[in-house]
Amino acid sequence: MRRTVHKVFPLWDFDKEERWLNEMASKGLALVSIGYCSYTFENSDPGEYTVRLELLENLPTHLESERYIRFIEDTGAEYIGAMFRWVYFRKKHSLGEFDLYSDYDCRIRHLNRVLWFIGGITPLMVVNTLQFLLNYYEGWPDIFHLGFGLFFAAFAVFAIYGFLRVSQMKRKLKREHMLYE
Amino acid sequence: MGTESSALTEAVYYILLSLLEPLHGYGIMQNVEAMSAGRVHLAAGTLYGAINTMLERDWIRSLPGETDSRRKQYQITEKGKAILAAEIKRLEELIHNASRILGGKQG
Repeated sequence: MRRTVHKVFPLWDFDKEERWLNEMASKGLALVSIGYCSYTFENSDPGEYTVRLELLENLPTHLESERYIRFIEDTGAEYIGAMFRWVYFRKKHSLGEFDLYSDYDCRIRHLNRVLWFIGGITPLMVVNTLQFLLNYYEGWPDIFHLGFGLFFAAFAVFAIYGFLRVSQMKRKLKREHMLYE
Repeated sequence: MGTESSALTEAVYYILLSLLEPLHGYGIMQNVEAMSAGRVHLAAGTLYGAINTMLERDWIRSLPGETDSRRKQYQITEKGKAILAAEIKRLEELIHNASRILGGKQG
């Protein structure tokens, strides 16, 4: 039986998202497909699968991404799907441990990709905010311009907060990396 | 950092050691886990990155694939063997120095 759950995770909480997906797997609900803020699960034995997600450098349809996904599949994992450049995998626990990154270098590089991802949308949000609010003050004092201005402002604040959160995670890893490989 | 005289990562060291025999990606993971009695677990993404970098540097090469197998196999090159030998020498030096100092204290 399949069950779809709607849930929103902020961009920087990908660790939390992965933990939640694994909690579901440990209860016997294995992820089978993903959509916009929606996760579809199927019944499985409790703890049958380990789920992992990551942000790729390119879209999943890119040749390099396809090569990467095939390599991961060849290690016994299943490719579940993607949301933009975020990809989701699962692997049967009986086929061995499943991790995408085991060392600090790779994890730091992944966080850099996330930072660029957030960094890419932040200026857009700031520009949109300024545009709507300037229009509001200089000629169109209607609810439309104010509403969109505030909406983008909230989004920009959200993105900047996320950027700082991920930067903090990266700093912590880098400190650890001074001592360990 | 990044020069060929600095220390190898544990992942790279074990991958080179595994590839004295031709193996595919999953084979390397299993081999490393068996060699280290389950202590070292190579993450799939880390392995992928390491393989590509080592291919670029000509430390390993990919073997021409068999027609019925889509899994690519890899093997160490002469250059890779030299890198591995230098690393083993470095590791021996580390152990040698430690046992010299600790052995001296105890004795």
